[in-house]
Amino acid sequence: MVKEVLERLGAQVIVFVDQVGQIVTLAAETVTHLPELRWRGLVRQMAHLGVDSLPIVLLTILFTGMVITVQTANEFVKYGAQSTVGGIVAIAMGRELSPVLTGVVVAGRCGAAITAELGSMKVTEQIDALRVMAVNPIAYLVVPRLLACMLMVPLLVIFADVIGTIGSYMVATAYAGISSHTFMHSITTFAVPNDVTGGLVKAMVFGAIVAIVGCHKGLTTREGAEGVGQATTGSVVMSIILIFISNYFLSLMLYR
Amino acid sequence: MIRLDHVSAQVQGKEILKDINLEIHTGEIMVIIGPSGSGKSTLLRLMIGLMKPAAGEVWIDGQEISRMNEDQLNEVRLRMGMVFQYSALFDSMNVGENVAFGLREHSQLSEVEIRRQVRRKLRMVGLSGQEATMPNALSGGMKKRVSLARAIAVDPRIVLYDEPTSGLDPIMSGTIDRLIASTRRMLGVTSVVVTHDMASAFNIADRLAMIHQGQIIETGGVEDIRHSVNPLVQRFIRSENAKINARKEKQNE
Repeated sequence: MVKEVLERLGAQVIVFVDQVGQIVTLAAETVTHLPELRWRGLVRQMAHLGVDSLPIVLLTILFTGMVITVQTANEFVKYGAQSTVGGIVAIAMGRELSPVLTGVVVAGRCGAAITAELGSMKVTEQIDALRVMAVNPIAYLVVPRLLACMLMVPLLVIFADVIGTIGSYMVATAYAGISSHTFMHSITTFAVPNDVTGGLVKAMVFGAIVAIVGCHKGLTTREGAEGVGQATTGSVVMSIILIFISNYFLSLMLYR
Repeated sequence: MIRLDHVSAQVQGKEILKDINLEIHTGEIMVIIGPSGSGKSTLLRLMIGLMKPAAGEVWIDGQEISRMNEDQLNEVRLRMGMVFQYSALFDSMNVGENVAFGLREHSQLSEVEIRRQVRRKLRMVGLSGQEATMPNALSGGMKKRVSLARAIAVDPRIVLYDEPTSGLDPIMSGTIDRLIASTRRMLGVTSVVVTHDMASAFNIADRLAMIHQGQIIETGGVEDIRHSVNPLVQRFIRSENAKINARKEKQNE
């Protein structure tokens, strides 16, 4: 029984490591094709992947900023530490919450969309058609998606930082009785530019993860609609796992 | 000219083609027939470098392509076009953009000239004025014709057709047959057609090759194949004819 469980676990670990290896290979291959970027494709992907994701990212982060303040402000006020609420929320937003939650939202929305689109192209032989027409699918499909995600996720995170802090400000002033001046002063006292820039570096990495995993799963989709469905689910799960793992190591590197 | 020398191919460890030797002359229409799963489409994929053979050599116009990398293959593919079984039109682009795709990627033509070429190719396949239509609004036969227009847009020397009449009614099959013949006549292309539609095969072929269980068992002209003494060939022709007759009877009902 225990042996069976361990064997199954081991098999899954091997599959996961193998997939990560393939993803890294695709990423390396994509980098070699960067000079073949189609600008029109990049702009289309930036609009599709970035702009369309803005409303759901803003909604998610607004309520996250609000709920964090609901949970912390009362306790902090109780111990006379209301002057730290704004700073703590801003640091949490800039360093962790905005980049990670934006990454997760983008993985669910854009990663799934990338995989579904490329997976459908694979099973309907459109990827083969590109190759037959002497067009490299990685240069044509993966490069613009990778760059679009790497550019747009940090932009989304900037909006997320602002809206998350606004949400926190509204709750802190209206619900916890912290004055506007105390909240703003707390941010300028405790938060430093590196809290935001570090989050943007993370966002760029998360964008790359979402794009490459999404493209890899799409390009390796097996035949049929069922294959597209499985690839799409797998893409979201794999992206989120990699985002959380890489977030830990990025935090160690950026905020030691 | 296309030449396959002692070619074998495997898919997921399973041997699909065994020791294939085949020569297709410049300008001829070679039809490859055989039952489903016999390796016909694999043969086409080898010819255009979508697959590498497990053994043997694939020669296209004097160049051995099986050991080429993707960039070298792309040079060869610029002289080739392919019509896919399910058309494989880019569904995010309209008909005009599909046909113009190869020209925009590989030629220095102006946008005006590209549009003129697209109009010309669409007229050739009988789809004038359909530039703005999206692929999902087209019938199966129209998709095949757009796919052909896209394949010939860059004026290739070789066109490969994968089951060009599958899923089409007899009238549309006849239209596609005539297009394959007229494409050869007007552009002088070498054509390789994979099909199990015997009516279509006998209509358009200069020569035919029959594949059975991954091996070529008979090659010859239309009359040679029609009167072949090979029992496997005769059985295949009879079974395909029976299917065509059954389909016709069903349509008449």
